[in-house]
Amino acid sequence: MNLSLVVSNINKSYSRLPVLKDCTFSFDERGIYVLIGPNGSGKSTFFRICSLLEDPDRGVANYFAGDSAVKRDINLRRRISLVLPKIGVFNTTVFKNVAYGLKIRGLNNKEIRKRAEQALELVGLAHKKNINACALSSGEAQRLGVARAMAIEPEILFLDEPTASLDPHSTTIIEETIQKIKEEKKITIIMITHNVFQAQRLADTVLFMYEGMIVDFGAGKEVFKKPKDERTHRFITGKMVY
Amino acid sequence: MDSIIEGFRRAFLLIVHLDPELLKIIFLSIKVSGAALIISTALGLPVGTIIGLKKFPGRGFIISLLNSFMGLPPVVVGLFVYLILSRSGPLGFMSLLYSPSAMIIAQTILAFPIVAALSHSSIIKVDPLIKQASLTLGATHFQVSVTVINEARYGIMAAVIAALGRVMAEVGAILIVGGNIAGYTRVMTTTIALETDKGEFELAIALGIILLVISFLINIALYLIQKKGVLQTGQ
Repeated sequence: MNLSLVVSNINKSYSRLPVLKDCTFSFDERGIYVLIGPNGSGKSTFFRICSLLEDPDRGVANYFAGDSAVKRDINLRRRISLVLPKIGVFNTTVFKNVAYGLKIRGLNNKEIRKRAEQALELVGLAHKKNINACALSSGEAQRLGVARAMAIEPEILFLDEPTASLDPHSTTIIEETIQKIKEEKKITIIMITHNVFQAQRLADTVLFMYEGMIVDFGAGKEVFKKPKDERTHRFITGKMVY
Repeated sequence: MDSIIEGFRRAFLLIVHLDPELLKIIFLSIKVSGAALIISTALGLPVGTIIGLKKFPGRGFIISLLNSFMGLPPVVVGLFVYLILSRSGPLGFMSLLYSPSAMIIAQTILAFPIVAALSHSSIIKVDPLIKQASLTLGATHFQVSVTVINEARYGIMAAVIAALGRVMAEVGAILIVGGNIAGYTRVMTTTIALETDKGEFELAIALGIILLVISFLINIALYLIQKKGVLQTGQ
């Protein structure tokens, strides 16, 4: 049963400063959801709550398998995976980094090898599987992060600025990988980006966040062609001052 | 000068001929220090890990205590273990005083803070992203801890080797609680002290050379482990 995420009236404050205000959204379609918005709009906090890294002050982020709610426990955490802007690279080979998530799930060696090699193929790092992951470039490390997340075959993949601080070539490779995952794996991908052009290239659905609220959302092409909210228009045309 | 040269000549003969008394002393030293190291690692590593990974009231106090105990004077440890194990002490009924067990206890007390404090120090140096990465990949809290320990492995190995260096070179505590009984509690360091007192240098010099070689090997191992850690992490 496909996993879906329903976020209802989420509120979150840090040091009494509200960061999220009554955010509500349903991630119930396969495809790529892209969160855009200016710095400090609450994207990362929203993302962390959706991906179970944090709890909201009020409201809920519920996962469903069909119509049934899924309990928030380790089993649910193992059905989703995340790639953060800075990935923690384990001080071992590239292969063992990718195999990590499979090993902790108790998979047998044959299955671990198969899935890890597939994931490395997916991101184009199969030829580097035996080198120490600490020796990878930042672009390769980011691809390793995607491979590690994909090896565990998540039902929802979270990507927080996966191409932040990467050169254009590495960015293209990551974007191609994301497209490939979408086409081959048919999963839900929720990602944050600051790159409006990248959002245009990748998004099936765009959510525009502003001052802790989801102020605009819709099919990627529509939002970029005819934004419903004036703030979205100013942001995507680079006229928003913040 | 002649007596020193003669002492060295005889010492080399003892080593070359694998003198049985010399071997017995070396083996007892390795047995006592090895046992102390295993016990102190078994106790110190979990303590270092817990204070490295968990936050709880009194944690800072424990860290300060362990750091202070790293420099415990061996004779003070020897004195306390002696008082505890002596006939009138709380554990006197176990009749452990002047036995290898008493020496192991004293050396464990000396090595434990080194293993615990240096393990803690290695664990807190592990990049917080590692913990986050293992959580995001679906690790349980126990699996996260194991991952962090694994990342700190070179530092932990260095901690164990530093503790080994401490116990192998130790003399004050084991002299007090072991009594330096020939063939029973006489180890390398205590023999060197005794033989020097007696003015019979050949055995003392032979053991001194062996102790220096062991110390050199321990430091080479420490260097190689640290070098491997630096090469792999690039830090």
